[in-house]
Amino acid sequence: MSKMSIREAINTALSEEMERDERVIVMGEDVANLDNGGVFGVTAGLAAKFGDLRVIDTPITESAIVGAAGGAALTGLRPVAELMFIDFLGVCLDQLMNQIAKFRYMFGGRATTPVTIRTMIGAGTGSGPQHSAILYPMLVAIPGLKVVAPSNAYDAKGLLAQAIRDDDPVVFCEHKAIYTEECEVPDEPYTIPFGKARIVREGSDVTVVAFSRMVLLAEQAADALEKDGLSVELIDPRTLSPLDDEAILASIAKTGRLVVVDEANPYCSMASEVASLVVEQGFDYLDAPIRKVTAPHTPVPASPSLESAYVPSVAQIEAAIRGVAGY
Amino acid sequence: MDYSTDTLYQAYRSMKLIREFEERIRAEYQRGKLPGFIHMYRNQEAIAVGACMHLGDEDYIASTHRGHGHCIAKGCDIEGMLLELACRADGLCKGKGGSMHIADMNKGMLGANAIVGGGPPIAAGAALTARTLGNGKVSMAFIGDGASDQGTVAESLNLAVALQLPMIFMYENNHFAEFTKSYKPDGRIAERAGAYGMPAVTVDGSDFFAVYEAVNDAVARARDGAGPSAIEAVASRYYGHFEGDAQRYRDSAELDASRLSSDPLPRFLADSRCEALDDSKIEQIDAEIQDILDAGVERALNAAEPALDQLYADVYVNYRGESA
Repeated sequence: MSKMSIREAINTALSEEMERDERVIVMGEDVANLDNGGVFGVTAGLAAKFGDLRVIDTPITESAIVGAAGGAALTGLRPVAELMFIDFLGVCLDQLMNQIAKFRYMFGGRATTPVTIRTMIGAGTGSGPQHSAILYPMLVAIPGLKVVAPSNAYDAKGLLAQAIRDDDPVVFCEHKAIYTEECEVPDEPYTIPFGKARIVREGSDVTVVAFSRMVLLAEQAADALEKDGLSVELIDPRTLSPLDDEAILASIAKTGRLVVVDEANPYCSMASEVASLVVEQGFDYLDAPIRKVTAPHTPVPASPSLESAYVPSVAQIEAAIRGVAGY
Repeated sequence: MDYSTDTLYQAYRSMKLIREFEERIRAEYQRGKLPGFIHMYRNQEAIAVGACMHLGDEDYIASTHRGHGHCIAKGCDIEGMLLELACRADGLCKGKGGSMHIADMNKGMLGANAIVGGGPPIAAGAALTARTLGNGKVSMAFIGDGASDQGTVAESLNLAVALQLPMIFMYENNHFAEFTKSYKPDGRIAERAGAYGMPAVTVDGSDFFAVYEAVNDAVARARDGAGPSAIEAVASRYYGHFEGDAQRYRDSAELDASRLSSDPLPRFLADSRCEALDDSKIEQIDAEIQDILDAGVERALNAAEPALDQLYADVYVNYRGESA
């Protein structure tokens, strides 16, 4: 085991998978840059290790990056393409939504597209409206894609290895505000299956389902409430599509109360999805109305003070948990 | 270039098969036997055939919504195609692709595409596979004059040059983007491609030999690792954008004249290089084609529809890890 940041865990998974399988290539804007390895240094050192035929700097050309990664996957490689910020989805959505996601179905199951799209999500760096969105609910809504959002280094390494080895297209969402978060990570390669939630802490009073960076904030809220005698069960689904419905419903069966925390905008968010799941399939378990804690229905503002008002806070999560606990 | 009689018979057979295939499915469509939209390729046959004769099964093409000719020229199974156009369970895509999304991975046919300009990034990806594996395979994107205006095409041209991909941009300029006449003079599309930094030529797309020779050079360059090329083949669209489009937006005298003048088949047979071809052999090829189509249409129209559980099949290789 080594203490490792999320950034290092991702870099390690890429390196291990490239060593393991020569069909794995890494491509995108600035990914090969020898000094940096991308804006946040996530791919640093890979080009030096694997050469410029397998770690490929592309022009600034999101449709071609995503589309070519899909075409390469369709013809035998296992590309890991970087869409620098998920906001750039607007530039290349057709290649993901109409091409990659549909190949297998529309070609009658006779095509396989093992592509991984790594992309940065989330607010918290003052990057403003076009570099800070979450957007993963849009992708979760598309049949044919799998969507992953790790909240710690252990999960990041294992889920990325699974994404690369997976035979379906996977969008791997990296929250840029938690790259430096560290935890113990095994030195050897391992995978984490998709569709299996992590029970971050067991509890009996309220279930909190949180995604990506919000898992960290929900943990702080749960710590604070524990001192007041409130027992929170915190679930990190880790994969958004497929979603671990069973783990969520099993927890509600135990607690009867649900708070969902999602940094996405509120409408058609993961928070809406989880709430809908529990109302439809776990209504009899509920002892209180469900509370959603999400960003507001606005773009992400650049102003740091407005941005911190935009992102769900520990205080908001605490208040929501107290609200459902006291109902 | 020298042409063997085998090559010439193969070219004729392939062009004629596309022509007759399309006339047959057009008739079946008009009888209400085929669902959805179909987009006819008539009078562009020399482009698909002149291009794909340089490609093997392990080379790649990305096609367009007007893709039946590309499929046939790339060697897709005729019965499998007919079954797919009729959306039957045994079609090339099990009936879930239909005319506009037909594909055949075993033939390197990476799909027709109902998104205009959708194919070139995918073809660039196939070229990237060839470059990465160093296997000498090449990839070709078919691109209409309408698609040539899409950003995806510009991005693919640029990526192909930046990464020196073994790729051919095979433009088919039929002068109409759906119902709208092109504002671009012939040759403008090749100029644009050339401006990205690749060899680009404009040829008469009704002339099999012109297409064949231009693509020969482009494919050789790609196989040699010398990067991408572009060819603008100028043709004329015989039928409307889709079947049922009466083309009221076209001058009928001009259309009639172009239908005759840009027909690649009589032009091919009248070429001096085809003097050695034997009329009785041509008749034999024509008869074989009719037999293939008769049998294929009969089978396709009587074949089983997909079972209803196929609605849910093949969205993923494995969504929830059941068989992992």
